[in-house]
Amino acid sequence: MIPAETRYARASDLDQALELLAEPDSKAIAGGQSLIPVMKLRIARPSLVVDISRLGLRGVEERDGEVHIGPLTTWNELVGAEALRRPALAALAECARGIGDLQVRNLGTIGGSIVHADQASDMPAVLLALGARLGLRSPNGERELTVADALVGPFTTALGQQELVTDIVIPTPAPGSGSAYASVEHPASGFALAGAAALVTPDGEAVAVTGVGATPFLLAGDLADAEIFGDGFASAEYRRELARVVADRALQAARERTKEDR
Amino acid sequence: MPEAVTLVVNGEERSLEIEGRTLLVHALREGLQLTGAHIGCDTSQCGACTVLLDGSAVKSCTMLAHQAEGRDVTTIEGLAQDGELHPLQRAFVEHHGLQCGFCTPGVILTAADLLSRGGSPSDEEIRRALRGNLCRCTGYQGIVEAIRAVGATP
Repeated sequence: MIPAETRYARASDLDQALELLAEPDSKAIAGGQSLIPVMKLRIARPSLVVDISRLGLRGVEERDGEVHIGPLTTWNELVGAEALRRPALAALAECARGIGDLQVRNLGTIGGSIVHADQASDMPAVLLALGARLGLRSPNGERELTVADALVGPFTTALGQQELVTDIVIPTPAPGSGSAYASVEHPASGFALAGAAALVTPDGEAVAVTGVGATPFLLAGDLADAEIFGDGFASAEYRRELARVVADRALQAARERTKEDR
Repeated sequence: MPEAVTLVVNGEERSLEIEGRTLLVHALREGLQLTGAHIGCDTSQCGACTVLLDGSAVKSCTMLAHQAEGRDVTTIEGLAQDGELHPLQRAFVEHHGLQCGFCTPGVILTAADLLSRGGSPSDEEIRRALRGNLCRCTGYQGIVEAIRAVGATP
């Protein structure tokens, strides 16, 4: 299938990208692994695609008690990132390894996945459990949003039309922490029917789930009270049960990993 | 309005005029007559259009041709050197790695990416790497054997 007519512009720096995005029906493209499929189906028909893939903004580094992930870091780069080897951060690579297929992981980016905001995408659950924030930039300046505040609904974020993710910030977990991601995938699409990420620290535990609600969300209390959606693939009750199972698996794996973390 | 894009395809610089929406697979097949990248599914799932972009396997149906400006694209036509089949191509012949052959260019280029990462991958690693390449004939056994054989060759 061929996308609807569109113009293409390659941004050479962040300011130029933001300027180009002033066009109301423009869309930023990075790896394109979410955007191009919906353009081919003509669900998305941007008048202009602004290619931000060459703006740098990639790689993983730890500084001042925080882990910074460039939004243009690909899944494949996350899998191989030295800075994420600690058991406390293991959920990131574990999750990235299971996303899409090899070709998708070579191009798809973590920032693109977050702002695409598919309600069943895996990584937002990990970022929620790890307490991540997004660094954002627009012509009005910079601001930060927690991932929880950024995800508003299915395919909907709190970002403005002229706003881009410039940083993904994760507070470095205390020594003796562990994290994990577990999911049950739809066999054809590979998206999570239910996925869960867990972070266990000396101070407590956090679990976030994806694939079961309007957005991935942090678990507060019992899943019985959570609003779960059902569809032709899996009923709400089945998804609720599956969410319990994967949350349990992620928690156990995260607890196990705390033993090797220092 | 078509605009010029320059790609380095199989080691050769090629320029062509394309629209903003032109997918890399269409630029290769219709613009450069390199029809080895196949269009199987149109929904980014089958991997028959897989090519190497700077050595990494990507689906050429899920990338705008303009995004590949200045980058190295390797298609199945570029694998054989000096009339000699690439080791993967030879192994697919020897191990019966294909039947109808439609998925084969994509499978071989994905395997080339996998093997470029070093080591000799296990059958499980090979099958995981092939998740984005659908073959409806072989049941994958011959494909896995072919890739394993090349991976095991020092």
